[in-house]
Amino acid sequence: MKTNSISIDGQQITFREGQTIIQAALEAGIYIPYLCYHPDFEAHGSCKVCTVRVNGSHCSACTTFASDGQVVDNHCEDLNSSRRAITQMLFVEGNHLCPSCEKSGDCELQALGYYLKLFGSHFPHLFPHREVDATHPHILLDRDRCIFCELCVRASREVDQKNVFAISGRGIDSELVVNSPSGTLLDSGLDVNDKAAHVCPVGAILIKNQAFQVPIGQRKYDKNRIDDADLIEVKHDHIDS
Amino acid sequence: MTTSTAKINIATTSLAGCFGCHMSLLDIDERIQDLAEVAVFDRSPFTDIKHCNQSDIGLIEGGVCNAENVHVLREFRKQCNILIAVGACAINGGIPALRNNIPLKECLEESYIDGLGVVNPQIPNDPELPLILDKVYPIHEIVKIDYSLPGCPPSADAICAFITDLLAGREPTLPDELIHYD
Ligand code: SF4
Ligand code: SF4
Repeated sequence: MKTNSISIDGQQITFREGQTIIQAALEAGIYIPYLCYHPDFEAHGSCKVCTVRVNGSHCSACTTFASDGQVVDNHCEDLNSSRRAITQMLFVEGNHLCPSCEKSGDCELQALGYYLKLFGSHFPHLFPHREVDATHPHILLDRDRCIFCELCVRASREVDQKNVFAISGRGIDSELVVNSPSGTLLDSGLDVNDKAAHVCPVGAILIKNQAFQVPIGQRKYDKNRIDDADLIEVKHDHIDS
Repeated sequence: MTTSTAKINIATTSLAGCFGCHMSLLDIDERIQDLAEVAVFDRSPFTDIKHCNQSDIGLIEGGVCNAENVHVLREFRKQCNILIAVGACAINGGIPALRNNIPLKECLEESYIDGLGVVNPQIPNDPELPLILDKVYPIHEIVKIDYSLPGCPPSADAICAFITDLLAGREPTLPDELIHYD
């Protein structure tokens, strides 16, 4: 008999037809860690932080559809240890100096590190050379902190219908590029009210002149662990819609 | 009777750091008395002992920015059973690593030749001065470390929790509210 239910770490939850594992889990109040996923956009499946084990095989929870009877492992030490390694790689591949970053305390990469109890870098730091773009009067682009989640790319394309951002290059040579005659944000058409200006999970795209309106220590993830805060948000989204 | 030889030896140093982590360690306030019951400081800015004796715990603040930092760090690794990277700079270079994307020549010229208010411009080259490295390195890239204690600086409570775990023979960790990178 079809029950439209799956089990996650032994807990039975129901799903609606067409939902991915991560959607069903979050709706049921179960946190699966992620970075490039966002409930408003089509899944990207690139960060691999949401990797779970489904009937014994590793899958991205954001791109795998829920289907009857799946047995999903989520919170177990081997998956969390891979998530820790992925997060450490994201840290060493960019230049993440949290004490000097405006986003500190509101940053999802940092909050994921806290959640996973990631204390050290483990890998050698690459200290890549990346350009800052401060040309726009209201928006700052600091590529040092970009984790290539493509949320700005998706937001600009799908919501703002502008195609301001793209990722160019591959692997370690990837770079966030701006689609404008000068290659900078100044003449890109990006508006401060665009979704793409507000969707960055880290401190790569920032609205200027807001830096310390909320003091360090009183920010979202200073007060809540990412699993609490995000679940609250997801629930609100559902109530709103 | 407790003698100092029965106590745990803790050595500490600041490499390319700002002494903020050491200040935070002093912020444990009266808890330092409990610590003094069971531990003594070996080489440390608190004691002015110049070379590390065999120690149980070594706390390293700061990253590695010059040749002397490399020597000191290697001495600590040799002499300390457990070596801990304390604070953002030891863990990832921290604020001093902001220079890592600027060629060393440009950094030196800006500081000692072209910078505002420079008198008698010249790049220091006294042989007594430790040679500066091309970059500021996190300490785990120079020696093996056993644990990292994040924060800029880690709070007194975080330092206390970590050291208390170690002294009790537990694997050190931090409760959620004490984990910060800033
Ligand atoms: S983007 Fe996040 S992880 Fe990176 S420096 Fe800023 S606060 Fe830290
Ligand atoms: S700038 Fe931000 S939103 Fe855009 S790809 Fe980089 S991390 Fe993602």
